[in-house]
Amino acid sequence: MFYREAGDFKTTYADDNQTFPIKFDRYRYYFVLVFAFAVVPFVINDYWVNAIFLPFLIYSIAAIGLNILVGYCGQVSLGTGGFMAVGAYACYKLMTAFPEVNIFFHVLLAGGVTAGVGVLFGLPSLRIKGFYLAVATLAAQFFLVWLFNRVPWFYNYSASGQISAPERTLFGFEVTGPNTSAWAPYLFCLVLVTLSALVARNLTRGMQGRQWMAIRDMDIAAEIIGVNPLRAKLTAFAVSSFFVGISGALFFSVYLGAVEVGEAFGIQKSFLVLFMIIIGGLGSIFGSFAGAAFLVLMPVLLKNVLVGMLGWPTDLAAHLEFLIVGALIIIFLIAEPHGLAQLWRVAKEKLRLWPFPH
Amino acid sequence: MPDSLLFGTEVLLNGLMAGVLYALVALGFVLIFKASGIFNYAQGVMALFAALTLVGIMEGQVPFSHLINAAFGTDIHHFGWHVPALVAIIITMVVMVFLAWAVNHFVMRHLVNQEPIILFMATIGLAYFLEGFGDLMWGSDIKKLDVGLPQGGSFWIEENTQWLGFGNENFYGFFLDKLDLVATVIAAILVAALVIFAQYTKQGRAMRAVADDHQAALSVGISLNFIWIMVWSVAGFVALVAGIMWGAKSGVQFSLSLIALKALPVLMLGGFTSIPGAIVGGLIIGVGEKLFEFAIGPYIGGATENWFAYVLALIFLVFRPQGLFGEKIIERV
Repeated sequence: MFYREAGDFKTTYADDNQTFPIKFDRYRYYFVLVFAFAVVPFVINDYWVNAIFLPFLIYSIAAIGLNILVGYCGQVSLGTGGFMAVGAYACYKLMTAFPEVNIFFHVLLAGGVTAGVGVLFGLPSLRIKGFYLAVATLAAQFFLVWLFNRVPWFYNYSASGQISAPERTLFGFEVTGPNTSAWAPYLFCLVLVTLSALVARNLTRGMQGRQWMAIRDMDIAAEIIGVNPLRAKLTAFAVSSFFVGISGALFFSVYLGAVEVGEAFGIQKSFLVLFMIIIGGLGSIFGSFAGAAFLVLMPVLLKNVLVGMLGWPTDLAAHLEFLIVGALIIIFLIAEPHGLAQLWRVAKEKLRLWPFPH
Repeated sequence: MPDSLLFGTEVLLNGLMAGVLYALVALGFVLIFKASGIFNYAQGVMALFAALTLVGIMEGQVPFSHLINAAFGTDIHHFGWHVPALVAIIITMVVMVFLAWAVNHFVMRHLVNQEPIILFMATIGLAYFLEGFGDLMWGSDIKKLDVGLPQGGSFWIEENTQWLGFGNENFYGFFLDKLDLVATVIAAILVAALVIFAQYTKQGRAMRAVADDHQAALSVGISLNFIWIMVWSVAGFVALVAGIMWGAKSGVQFSLSLIALKALPVLMLGGFTSIPGAIVGGLIIGVGEKLFEFAIGPYIGGATENWFAYVLALIFLVFRPQGLFGEKIIERV
């Protein structure tokens, strides 16, 4: 009843081709956008931004990127942390080398650099498949982290080996550095998230996305019907790395401010983003958001309950968090291998029939 | 003999020893992968868990003491007894068998016929779960594991290889860790035992049958459940041995679970389905990364051991996608 195609007449081709063809979806989407842009910035404070909104938005971009590679193109990658590091360090080098250029372009360029690196490490995917590829992407993870740790040029020869983001402004408001007001970095990330999601959504429902899905479902068959596997796989690596690079750049410049590469972009980060898209749903943009929200919110919630309310020691809470994350992943895989996105799809089916189920 | 050659040889020998330890972890992977097609990422954490349990039992720690203390405000830590190493190892083995049963009963049984990638994810979840569980049960501080294995360098080898220097006074004989030597012997015995088990016992044959074809194995009356529990138990046993070796070498701590990551390139190199592959792959990786660090590491900043194995495996795979001894990958539409 609420969610239906019937009665939603399209009279132009543009209407027919729009991103959300169903009215309910479209209005929900507009509502979320208006809420996120016009309401949230006025009510949030520093705690909410730093604990929840920034990590959620930044991880969403990373999850979208990885979802394109794993969910849409079927190439399992465990190198996300390494690619995020590329984005972060590219952003840092650009920010310090060209201080007068707008940070917005730095972030986009950092994504571009990461896309190049991603293509380079994606090349073996033409020969290597499945698990072998997953393990091969670990080479990217470890090599890149080692590179940023050991080559002083990347961290501008700073004594600590860390990189820290200089203060940069956008339209006169500070978005990086210690003196930001809560809403500025939030809006900056939100704009990039919105753009990324739009681009990803339209890429995946167009020709490129169909090529990726054909490769995912069976690459030999796809090759026979005329999909160029070299192009499809490498574009998937490039687009995916582009988003992951943007998220790494934001993670470093806007969220953390100062980064030690092994700690911030280690193998744990790769797994975290992978969990997000699995719990959220492989092959779904909405799933990327849902998974990111889930894995960002849950530790905060657990910590608040265990440490804040019950007064348990923090290390115990951390162990319990590991245990619960692990258990949840297993439960999710058993109950719903297609993730939160599938639950949403089922809910939509139900809404379509409700309240007359027959 | 010139210095560099002698030191190179010593590095080579040490690399061989390290390779044996890598192979030990990789073996556990291969066993489960062959029998159930599951790529078990949790193998490293299983080694950690086994070592933690072993230390906990030997020291007489109260399980979940931190949790109990936090929840009820009590202050208990130890039972106050010490269990001899051999008994503790047997009890730990029982725990590992129980773990195998639990994994099969609560996780893998529900995921039959899922795609391999889903199973892989499930084992990553299992790894997280076990890590949290182990820490919760025994605490996360670094523990010393002492089951009576010899420690320190072997003077016998050092003395008896000194003549190789031919009067070179910089050379005092090869330095080899006794523990590494013991590990090599144990790994060799373990591999021999596994091969005999797989080739000559009824259960071993059943295991190979399941590995070949689940449904055909079912139809001749082999219980899949039993075989899977058995395979996970054997993998648990291998994890226990690996946990003891690594634990005695560097203490029982979180980083123990990362040896799984070291075993991955070994697997890629050797092929996921081959027991000899795991051994040869382990040796190649061990020697390769030590020699690379020795010869080239100093010029490019050192600590190359972190990634060398992966890059070596990656380059190798580009030329031979199924690894050294892996089954040929046949693709049909």
